[in-house]
Amino acid sequence: MNPIKTFKKGGVHPEENKFSADQPIQDFPMPKQLIVPLGQCLGAPAECIVNKGDRVLTGQLIGTAKGFVSANVHSPATGTVAKVDVVMDHTGYYKPAVFIDREENDEWAEGILVTDELITDIKLDGKAIIDKVKECGIVGMGGATFPTHVKMMVPEGKKAEYVIINAAECEPYLTCDYRLLLEKTMEFLVGVKIVMKGVGTDKGIIGIECNKMPAIELLDKTIKEHPDLFQGIEVQPLKTKYPQGGEKQIIKAITGREVPSGKLPIETGCVVVNVASTYAIYEAVQKNKPLIERIVTVTGKSVKKPSNFRCRFGVPADLLIEAAGGMPEDITDVINGGPMMGKSVSVTSFPTMKGTSGILLMTLREAQDRRQTNCIRCGRCAIACPMGLQPFLLHKIAKQNNFDETEKNHIMDCIECGSCEFTCPANIPLLDYIRYGKAKTGAIIRARNQK
Amino acid sequence: MSNILLVSLLVLGILGAVLAVVLYIVAQKFKVEENPLIDEAEACLPGANCGGCGFAGCRALAEACVKQAAEKGNIDGLACPGTDMGKVAAVLGLTAAAFEPKIAVVRCNGSCQNSPAKVHYEGADICAFASTLYAGKGGCSKGCMGLGDCVKKCNFGALHIDPETGLPVVDPDKCVGCGVCAKTCPRGIIEIRPRGKKDRRVYVCCSNTDKGALVVKNCSVGCIGCQKCLKTCPFEAIEMRGNLAYIDPAKCKACGKCVEVCPRGSIHAVNFPPRKPKEEQPAEAPKVEKVEQEIPVTV
Amino acid sequence: MANYTISGSPHVHSTENTRKIMYRVILALVPALLVAIYYFGWYALRLTIITMAACMLTEWLIQKFLIKGPLTINDGSAALTGLLLAFNVPANLPIWMAIVGSVVAIGIGKMPYGGLGKNPFNPALVGRVFMLVSFPTAMTTWPQAQPIFEKGFFADAVTGPTPLGILKESGLQTIQQMDHMQFVDMVLGNRGGAFGEVCAIALLLGAIYLIARKVIEFVTPLTILLTVFVFTGICYLIDPTVYIAPWYHLVYGGLILGAFFMATDMVTTPMTLRGKMLFGFGVGVITVVIRLWGAYPEGVSFAILIMNAFTPLINKAFKPYVFGVVKPAKK
Repeated sequence: MNPIKTFKKGGVHPEENKFSADQPIQDFPMPKQLIVPLGQCLGAPAECIVNKGDRVLTGQLIGTAKGFVSANVHSPATGTVAKVDVVMDHTGYYKPAVFIDREENDEWAEGILVTDELITDIKLDGKAIIDKVKECGIVGMGGATFPTHVKMMVPEGKKAEYVIINAAECEPYLTCDYRLLLEKTMEFLVGVKIVMKGVGTDKGIIGIECNKMPAIELLDKTIKEHPDLFQGIEVQPLKTKYPQGGEKQIIKAITGREVPSGKLPIETGCVVVNVASTYAIYEAVQKNKPLIERIVTVTGKSVKKPSNFRCRFGVPADLLIEAAGGMPEDITDVINGGPMMGKSVSVTSFPTMKGTSGILLMTLREAQDRRQTNCIRCGRCAIACPMGLQPFLLHKIAKQNNFDETEKNHIMDCIECGSCEFTCPANIPLLDYIRYGKAKTGAIIRARNQK
Repeated sequence: MSNILLVSLLVLGILGAVLAVVLYIVAQKFKVEENPLIDEAEACLPGANCGGCGFAGCRALAEACVKQAAEKGNIDGLACPGTDMGKVAAVLGLTAAAFEPKIAVVRCNGSCQNSPAKVHYEGADICAFASTLYAGKGGCSKGCMGLGDCVKKCNFGALHIDPETGLPVVDPDKCVGCGVCAKTCPRGIIEIRPRGKKDRRVYVCCSNTDKGALVVKNCSVGCIGCQKCLKTCPFEAIEMRGNLAYIDPAKCKACGKCVEVCPRGSIHAVNFPPRKPKEEQPAEAPKVEKVEQEIPVTV
Repeated sequence: MANYTISGSPHVHSTENTRKIMYRVILALVPALLVAIYYFGWYALRLTIITMAACMLTEWLIQKFLIKGPLTINDGSAALTGLLLAFNVPANLPIWMAIVGSVVAIGIGKMPYGGLGKNPFNPALVGRVFMLVSFPTAMTTWPQAQPIFEKGFFADAVTGPTPLGILKESGLQTIQQMDHMQFVDMVLGNRGGAFGEVCAIALLLGAIYLIARKVIEFVTPLTILLTVFVFTGICYLIDPTVYIAPWYHLVYGGLILGAFFMATDMVTTPMTLRGKMLFGFGVGVITVVIRLWGAYPEGVSFAILIMNAFTPLINKAFKPYVFGVVKPAKK
């Protein structure tokens, strides 16, 4: 095993609370109707290409990517399009979605291999791999949902040296990536090889936090057992520290390189891909299977059966909660994603999407004592900030709408990890203000660049 | 003793005199010649530096007026939203376009009663930020967040959040219609409308362009786009913007007929007398109560 | 439907809060208070209660009737100011002076700036220095430490000079001849002085607790002590007949109290590591300069107050290094 590495600057260590770590992945039974949102990725929503009354097959394309940063959407089930309408997503906003009335049995679209057989031979070449990833609508499944094919396209004049697989899963509570590593080890490792071939490098490093020892050992063992097959893949244990899985942090931890401010990770010769996305790439390239399902962790302190479900997109979240033992009485906060970067949910009927890594039910006890007091200038936020920013200062100047100063103080470098707010003894919603300032400053910078 | 007194008096006196001369010379040498008209024009402006005119402040507007008056002989296009530019024009020996006083109008009535809270918000009191997190307490994605971005931005103290309704209230005596609040509102709820004759105005108190079915789910007074008002209006002043009725203030004669027909009570008429004169209204005049600002008319 | 909470991420928070921090500092000062009661008896206890109550009452009155804002009297910051103020004055100070000092500390040193977190100067030191310049006699008439078992709990204090006072007035030879002015007495607190500063052991005990609970960082106190040690050490090496050995300087006066409990006050000291080091260095140098060549025998309070004034500047100058911002390479 390689020596444990970490990033040096900042970071916090919240309670891990990985209750569902030992729960095997269960296939989630599909309901009668699936509601598939068309905007499932960062960037423009897909354009619907089916009409009411059309019969769609499982895996059939129903929405095409619109614009450069956008991803295709496929039908997660076989059935009839009931309507193309709007549905409330987790924020309570109405978003366009396709409603599919499901038939009992899956009828897969043409060309999709529906066997469990492991295919290790990679037939496609680099360009074809990226095209396949794009066609299958694969996005970053850690929660940011950035289209993966855009990430894998190495720009002119740059060279990818490392493929880094982000298996840190530094978010407390979530276990979906961990379970996938344990249960689909071979498929995952072939997926790493595919990504390496896709970006044209022979070095792949899997970064895992060392609170997931079984996964580290299993991967190490599997790589040793198949030295020819998985040549060039290394497992790198990382210290359990949040935000170890931040793109910039994991690059710094593993390679020691820093992504320059305002630049993309490719500047350091690294392409970072999430575990679930890697597995999806395996399925896409080897089996031609588009991204129509993912592992969702349903967990929380008072949840009866914390579980990991393999769930097709479009299943309403309240069904998943029901399957995990129902909504406990003392829940005050429902979160789409992990507790550090996830989003609050207004309605629990929102459909699961490509970015739904977890559904977290939080109790009053965890959310209490958030009475805001004055900043006592303790500087803990600045110590916790992994980007070396001064959150107390950004909070103040963003509140004053002083967007020249926010830009000078590198507000655009904030990765919104929430370490500052986590550590603040005065319970100031630092990140809220920083996000606001970041949005405004970004708009000003964009307007200036357009001139 | 007297010696010390004398010396100090002399020293200080001479020092004072010398410095006064120096100051005078400097003041004369570095005097900035400024058109006195600018000062006069500025005196006619409110001096709140709200920025509603598009300039950095009242003095900047005054300078622009003087400059344009000298170059083009008019002050067209330069206007303080809250003041009659006629005074400025008079100072410059010109005439200005007729002044139409304006006021900010909050086009949302999704109060705590009409659009009951479904969720509870904790975090920064910024509408612009909160609206990225969720649709709104009552679930309406076009409605007022009630966190008061407009209140914070108002330079005249003309806005406050009513704790009863959770909505901003415009103080008609203080509002000059500068439009800063309208620009600030992340959802474009606030509109700057003419005050209207005798301060009477009729407007649709809703900003939701969604389909009626979605509006009904979240709010009991939202416009559902039924178009009844559009058909009723004798002056064709009402148009549909998406699924939202909009009353064009230029065409509206404030007859109040649309108020009666609206099934949702979304159209508000303010400052109307309790009983309208008979020549304007049919005999079965509705019970339009005398209302203060922004309180819905019960029909 | 349940009424869920909407908030921006993160949704979990550390269990730390301002109140806990304040109460931990108060807890850390308890050993020193107990030692003070042992040496100064009833007077120490009375004074502590009075200053704490006066500080809290002042804050409450100002918040209730002048600011009319939320009442934050429970956060422990006013109580801490009162405690630190008491620690910095002679135990036999008249009660009315202590109350005036408390009112000044909170009413001038803290609340006018907006309360907790906004004051540029350490309020306890503002109160102390105000009393020092207003009531110089009372504030420099120090009671001598006398264990309560020897003379009783309510006994009147015997006044006498502090070690630094002797050093300033009578010179090095005098203090070396006094047999109760040895290093061990200094460490145990068996000497004259402000009642909180006398026992170095008790103060260090509290400081270790605070460092272990991560309430304070050791950087600032360490730099202060190191600077004082090195600076006075140089003087000692130059002329041992005029300057006392540096280890005495560490335990004399309020250096330990100031370094660990006042110069680590989060509100009024810099935030970054390098800033803290510069702050500590400044406090050390100014302290020594005042002690050796100034008019007052002790200079820790002044040194910290002076450096408090530089804190915003230091914060501006020493910003943390931003991730990914590459400095131009030196060629």
